[in-house]
Amino acid sequence: MLLISLIVFLPTLGALCIAFMPSKKDEDGVNEKENQNMLLGATLAFGIITFLVTLGAFLFSSDTAFDAAASSMQNAFSAEWIPSFNIAYAMGIDGISFPLILLTTGVSILAILASWSIKKHVKAYCILFLLLETGMIGVFLALDFFLFYVFWEVMLLPMYFLIGIWGGPRREYAAIKFFLYTLLGSVLMLIAILMIYFNSDLTLLDPAILTTLTNDHIITAGVADTVAQATGPVHTFNLIALAELAQTTDCFSAELQWWCFLLLFIGFIVKVPSIPVHTWLPDAHVEAPTPISMILAGVLLKMGGYGIIRICYPICPAGGLELSYVVVGLGVGSMVYGAFAALAQTDFKRVVAYSSVSHMGYVVVGFGVWSMMGNGDYWKMGITGAMYQMIGHGISSAGMFFMVGIIYDRVHHRNLNEFGGLYGLMPKYTALAMGLFFAGLGLPGLCGFIGEVLVVLSVWRFSPLLAIISASVVIFTAGYILWTLQRVYLGPEYTGPHAEEIKPVNSREFSTGAILLALAIFFGVFPNTLIQYMDATVDQQVTSLNEWRVGYENALAQAEEADESQVEADDEGDDAEEGEAHSEGETADSSTSSDIALSN
Amino acid sequence: MESTTDFYQLIDALKADSANSLGLFMPEITLCVFITLFLAVRLITNRIDLFWVALTGAVVGLISSNPLQLFGGSLQSEELFTGLLVHDGLTVAIRSILMLFLVLFLIFTKISGVPDKEDGADVYSLVFGSTLGMCLMASANHLLIVFMAIEMAGVPSYVLAGLIKGRKRGSESALKYAIYGAGAAGVMLYGISLLVGLAGTAHLPTMALSLAEIIPAAGLGEQAVLCLAAVMVAVGIAFKLSAVPFHFWAPDVFHGACAEVNAFLSVASKAAALALLLRLAVGLGSVPLNQIEPPQTISVQQETIQSGLSATQMVTFERDDVDVKSSTPVEKVAVEESTHADQEIAETMVEVDPRIEIKQVHDEALTPVRNFISLLVAFFAVVTATFGNLAAYGQKNIKRLLAYSTIAHAGYMMMAISPLMVMLGTNNQAAEEAASALIQYIVVYTFLNLGAFAIIAFLRNYVGSEEIEDYSGMVKSRPVLVISLALIFFSLVGLPPLSGFLGKFAIFASLADGYSSAGSSALLILLLAGGINTAISLFYYLGVIKTMVMGEPNDEHHFGDRPVGKLEMAYIVLVTIPTVFLIVCWQWVAGFADEAVKNFIS
Repeated sequence: MLLISLIVFLPTLGALCIAFMPSKKDEDGVNEKENQNMLLGATLAFGIITFLVTLGAFLFSSDTAFDAAASSMQNAFSAEWIPSFNIAYAMGIDGISFPLILLTTGVSILAILASWSIKKHVKAYCILFLLLETGMIGVFLALDFFLFYVFWEVMLLPMYFLIGIWGGPRREYAAIKFFLYTLLGSVLMLIAILMIYFNSDLTLLDPAILTTLTNDHIITAGVADTVAQATGPVHTFNLIALAELAQTTDCFSAELQWWCFLLLFIGFIVKVPSIPVHTWLPDAHVEAPTPISMILAGVLLKMGGYGIIRICYPICPAGGLELSYVVVGLGVGSMVYGAFAALAQTDFKRVVAYSSVSHMGYVVVGFGVWSMMGNGDYWKMGITGAMYQMIGHGISSAGMFFMVGIIYDRVHHRNLNEFGGLYGLMPKYTALAMGLFFAGLGLPGLCGFIGEVLVVLSVWRFSPLLAIISASVVIFTAGYILWTLQRVYLGPEYTGPHAEEIKPVNSREFSTGAILLALAIFFGVFPNTLIQYMDATVDQQVTSLNEWRVGYENALAQAEEADESQVEADDEGDDAEEGEAHSEGETADSSTSSDIALSN
Repeated sequence: MESTTDFYQLIDALKADSANSLGLFMPEITLCVFITLFLAVRLITNRIDLFWVALTGAVVGLISSNPLQLFGGSLQSEELFTGLLVHDGLTVAIRSILMLFLVLFLIFTKISGVPDKEDGADVYSLVFGSTLGMCLMASANHLLIVFMAIEMAGVPSYVLAGLIKGRKRGSESALKYAIYGAGAAGVMLYGISLLVGLAGTAHLPTMALSLAEIIPAAGLGEQAVLCLAAVMVAVGIAFKLSAVPFHFWAPDVFHGACAEVNAFLSVASKAAALALLLRLAVGLGSVPLNQIEPPQTISVQQETIQSGLSATQMVTFERDDVDVKSSTPVEKVAVEESTHADQEIAETMVEVDPRIEIKQVHDEALTPVRNFISLLVAFFAVVTATFGNLAAYGQKNIKRLLAYSTIAHAGYMMMAISPLMVMLGTNNQAAEEAASALIQYIVVYTFLNLGAFAIIAFLRNYVGSEEIEDYSGMVKSRPVLVISLALIFFSLVGLPPLSGFLGKFAIFASLADGYSSAGSSALLILLLAGGINTAISLFYYLGVIKTMVMGEPNDEHHFGDRPVGKLEMAYIVLVTIPTVFLIVCWQWVAGFADEAVKNFIS
């Protein structure tokens, strides 16, 4: 409990320390001036400590080391927080969240390294940045729906100010757009959370499962006691318990699951972002300062994907099954639309922003290819691919934004048509940029490749048409990335403004970029270093959801049969009115089950 | 001869009743004593600073309302003064909130410097008088008291609105407020008279009982009159809550009056009006168990106490209740042991049951009343929240903006009544949770709006302006005030982890509970409306923060001259702390609210 709480709240602690750091006098000794190096240094120190604690705890410590073979929650704990609403302070880590935690803490360090271009209000910047990091880590670790929601919203405020104060010329517009979109999505999510909460009932859960949950410290012993003595329903916010309820009992009706899936899904795809709610992203990216763009693309977008796989599917499987075409359709749509939109941009950063929309489309597709397969292997492949894509995109997009930032700091513009010839002026930088952009492109041997291939393969069994479309997106991706590289780095000479300020990258910039590129190559060559951690959890989730699916389809088939026999009986009984009512019900039911039959 | 003994009995009963009631009426008496004191001092001199006296009064009031007795577990619902008032958890909770607010408010006015020494006595006596009325609103059990309390809370506020003498806008707003108030009060009184005429009593529990008898047999005409009466009473409360379409006074009054008065009006007055709404809704929507006469056959004792006085009836019935409860186990044993079936004991054994059955029949009969109130409040709530949030967009003056914000928040808070009425009678525990959600929201909102208006008052002292554009770039010169205001505004939006989220969460939770258990689609609409309103309200709060944080400092206003006072900073931090940290110890607030409404629905 202490360990995980420490990881989540270390950045907050850092923010508090920085808030009380003294400022120094300027040369005249009159006005106070911020000590940029000290403040950013302290922030960096806290970022590194958080990362090291995470690494040390989950990879090198003997007690708390992450067990890649275990599929359940590890190091979980739960403490009573607001008993009036059965809210617990519960966190834990499993194969889905572990890689994302590493990504979050790692990208945060690199983003801080990229923050030396921030010149004004450095103290406020550092505080907000660290608060943002707490929110991000918390989202990935929370096991309680309420806690999850709180962390989900916690990062809104810092993000708003980080874009709104330190951003480009249209920063206020971009910041408020980001805020409004996300808030609208999360309000819908809140409604779904409440509906799920009030329909949940722990007393229906199999006592054996309840015992397992208690033994894993996912729910408190107090809750188990309450359930044992309860006379009425016992509601819960616990994500794992809710997933068990959804998959082993019938306390959430199919209709409820359908609606809640939809509401939650909208909340999450705003963050991903997927069409049609992606429009905040290009604005936010273009206006945000470089380090914030890195965080936004590298970590924040992953929270949407994480929500889909951690919450939408396990808790509302019926909704996921019936809406699978919507999910995959939106994903493929994002891929295509993002790629085409990127082709049309003349702003360097906008190209990268739209490439994010396109790449995150793969994630949605990978999570969505459920329901149509005979067994779960393809879905498992899709989920693994999507997870890998999240990590790969986290590295490559952070790198691409960093590369854009480096050149923007020098020439103060991002117009693609005014670049060219940087290769000769900044050779090291160009090499780094080429590598990272190729990683974004999905070149084999780099981190983008694995995820894309797995996802595209998994779509094949779902719908060949969509598979062909999504595979062809790779061509457009290559198109816009190569075209961009050509316009920026190749060509005879740089003719745009501020040519005199172009100087080679300094060692801080070079090392940040080199780390990112090294990671991109490493995860491209050794994908199994990451996949080994996800495998057990993903496997277990796919297996249990497929077991649930078999039961669900059988129940549907039985209901249909029962309806048919009922209709026959009614016809014999000459009860015209009743027969009509039943046949109406029958047509409705048979249409849903025929959907499923079709899908099989 | 007989009539004289009856008379003496009556007098004795009244004596006992008054003596008993006065003990539970101490906070109000404290307020009265201090009002007299202020007025007396005012007669002699106006040079004495009465702040410390007033603060003493408020603290004594807070201590005598004793919020801790909620947690003792022994708090019973008791009628005071022959049933005019009722003393229960809700009374204690709202009175404590009001008194705590009064303490904080007095400190705030001292720091901000309004009122000055000269006005002190007047302002304090008005504020205390108004608070007295609000306390009565929270404990009213009789429609006459409802009316009196509303007027008592209202009339001093009309004067307070024009507190700053010689300012045109202030006088205008005071006049407007008074005229609107008089109109609304008139309509409400008419509604009350219709209700009383139909039910034959103004005592709320008795009224519910007689409504339960009237309604099943009511013709179309009577139903129409009842609806009309309910709507008219609702007008009076809607005026106090500044619910749309009776909100027109609010922006003008808030604009014209000074920020200190706004804090008082927006917090205390709203808390009291919501408590009153809660009381009226529950009072008319269900018959309390202790109001139902047990079947006549049971005991000889009870027949001797038919004195016609509802209060004495009440008290004795309660005692009977206790007697029966305490003796039941013994009697059970007796029944088991004795072979001789004692007819009387058997009847006493089942004595509790017939009352519950009768109550169920009555509550069943009151279903249309509950549904009507639920829909009426839901309508007001949706319209109020939506209109308040939309109208706040265009505001250039911070006080006007906050006026619309309070209108919107009144809408959110009223939402809690709707699921409460839907679940009342069928699922009383869930209904109590809805009431508890409302109390939680009130607690949070008290700190939020007090903080917001305090910051506005302090900023006014520096900048001399309340226009939002003049706040541009203030974060550089007044970081503590601006960051606190930003936190409070985000809390008003309802963003976690700030406290405003928890109030909103509690209310939305009761809406969702009502929808999933009773399936009323009106509640789903309320829930959606609440959610969407939350999102759109972000825009105008953010606009203010954006101006203060991201705007360029305005050259015309040099606010670098005067440093921020230590006291002011300390006060703001004190009021903002709950906003930030309540989420950690939310169970305190939830526990307080749960205790406050425990046994509220019987």
